[in-house]
Amino acid sequence: MEWANAIVQGIVTGGFYALFACGLSLMFGVMGIINLAHGDLAIIAAYVAIALIPSTHLPMVWAFVVVVPIFAVGGYVVQRTLLQASLDRSPFTTLLVAFGMSVIIENVLLEVFSANGQSITIGTLITKSFSLNSTITISYFSVIVLAVAIMVLGGIQLFLSRTATGRLVRAVADDREAAQLVGANYRHVFGIAAAIAFATVALAGLSYGMLTEFVPTSGVTTLLFAFESVVIGGIGNVWGTLVGGVVLGVAQQIGAQINPAYQILAGNLVFLAVLAVRPRGLFGMRTA
Amino acid sequence: MTTQQRAPTRRITASGTLQVRRAGASGILVGAAGLVVLALLAFMPVIVSEADTTLLVNFFVLLTMAVMWNLLAGYAGMVSIGQQAFVGLGGYGVLVLAMNGFNPVAAIPVAAVVAALIALPVSVLLFRLGGGYFAIATWVVADTAQIVVSSITSLGGGTGHPVPGLSSMSPHTFAETTYWAALAVVTISLGIAYGLLRSPLGLLMAAVRDDEVSARSAGARVMTTRRIVYVVAALGCGAAGAILAVSQLQVQPSSIFSVQWAAEMIFVSMIGGMGTLEGPILGTVLFFVLQQNLAQDGAWYLIIFGAVAVLVSIWTPRGLWGAIRQRSGIELFPVGYRLHEGALHLVTQPQLLDGGSAAGSNGPGSGAGARRRRLRP
Repeated sequence: MEWANAIVQGIVTGGFYALFACGLSLMFGVMGIINLAHGDLAIIAAYVAIALIPSTHLPMVWAFVVVVPIFAVGGYVVQRTLLQASLDRSPFTTLLVAFGMSVIIENVLLEVFSANGQSITIGTLITKSFSLNSTITISYFSVIVLAVAIMVLGGIQLFLSRTATGRLVRAVADDREAAQLVGANYRHVFGIAAAIAFATVALAGLSYGMLTEFVPTSGVTTLLFAFESVVIGGIGNVWGTLVGGVVLGVAQQIGAQINPAYQILAGNLVFLAVLAVRPRGLFGMRTA
Repeated sequence: MTTQQRAPTRRITASGTLQVRRAGASGILVGAAGLVVLALLAFMPVIVSEADTTLLVNFFVLLTMAVMWNLLAGYAGMVSIGQQAFVGLGGYGVLVLAMNGFNPVAAIPVAAVVAALIALPVSVLLFRLGGGYFAIATWVVADTAQIVVSSITSLGGGTGHPVPGLSSMSPHTFAETTYWAALAVVTISLGIAYGLLRSPLGLLMAAVRDDEVSARSAGARVMTTRRIVYVVAALGCGAAGAILAVSQLQVQPSSIFSVQWAAEMIFVSMIGGMGTLEGPILGTVLFFVLQQNLAQDGAWYLIIFGAVAVLVSIWTPRGLWGAIRQRSGIELFPVGYRLHEGALHLVTQPQLLDGGSAAGSNGPGSGAGARRRRLRP
């Protein structure tokens, strides 16, 4: 039954990884940006919450209401300035700029908040759980995160397929020049996509901070998990990312079951195995 | 739009005296100056204190890494942020050999070769991904290597292990030996990079970086070219890691596999100038100047350096050396081609025709005229 528990916990964690991954996917799909600072942005969200919320005397759960909009606006601004400037140079420059951002964020967080572990305490919700049977216990919070992940992924899909702005985003992603010819301001559209991506990364970062302890360097780990979920599921497939996250989560939990030190290793090995056997991922349809 | 049409057409029919050249008399002068610098550096342990030689060892280590990263990204167009995998493997290679009775200094080249051999199968997996996904996958590989090495208890697990066989040396001999080993590694690395770039492979690398599809259609073996560069870069980074293991007297997984190595090698290349051999040298010098002045302020030197690297790569993607070369035409390592008419430079913008233009900034096929000639012998 311990194995069944590992699988159930893995599935719940997988939803969390998918939540991390969808912003990464969106920015790559629309702008062609591999945002190497993605994980670090999530950790910033968590630090912003612990720095900001206590002074407002609101319960910590309000972090979502406060931090997510801040990040959406921040995403638009960063895209229109720094990222657009590097995109105007080349994808190569953009990749290096994103890496530079990642290193800068990590070290600034280290200098400002120290390397001590922190966490966002939200009271009793985090400890409440329900039992399926004697060995399988699931925390309510992780189920909520899984549900949020599914809602966010579904919401992005609906936004892209049903709304006028979503159609504009897809048009720009498909052919920037053609979209520009018919009057679309692709820079603004890029800004909107970045705003959504940053909002989801804030959601993911806050959930991460509530689930576990974090340090300034946690961003790297989360970036790798998000990236592995995307590649395992298949680049460019929204629901594939969810499956990829679940596969990664289950692999890690099974690895941890064998030896707690093997948790991350097991995930990395599954990722490398998928790369070796199915380089386009489990549900990959086409490469760009 | 290619330079083949743009630059030479003005006069090529009118005058028969056009020559395509690499290094002229100035090249020999620079080469001689390089030998003098090398001889001076070799005498350093006699002149300066042990603290200064330690600093220079760290300088050579970072310069070696930067030269290798620049080969990968600046010349072959592969952005790796996981070269610390090979730094770590080189360091642990020395440890394993030394634990089995090898002389740690003699183990340095062996450890570097081991790192290169590991890079070969790794490249098969990594080359399935392109661009940015390749970059993150190299990071996953480095992460995996660190976890695997940390889980081997006989190598000290997560806390690391001292390198045996070094305590028998006197502190003075140790400082000298480490210094010369590091100087040898950086000299050989620069030599290999220079030789590679002047060889037909150097042209292939530039062609693959500038336009992979065109290069492939011209018959270039894209994968083989990339693989050779990747393995050479692993060799260099392995040697750098091996030097680190000896100079620090111990290896510790979280420090020798640290992503900080990747950050430093990337930043110095970005600031100095990718796609030039001089760039990483300039960048590494600037890095050490800044680090020495801000070392007491924690990680701020890295933050400032990273911010400068980001700004430089947006404003002048060829880096500081690229900007210097554009204005002055100075080239210490002539790896590209230039047109000469008698003693006069015909091409007013020499960078148009040299092989070492930075990736990304150049339009399709800049310098293609000079390269294409050699692509199809």
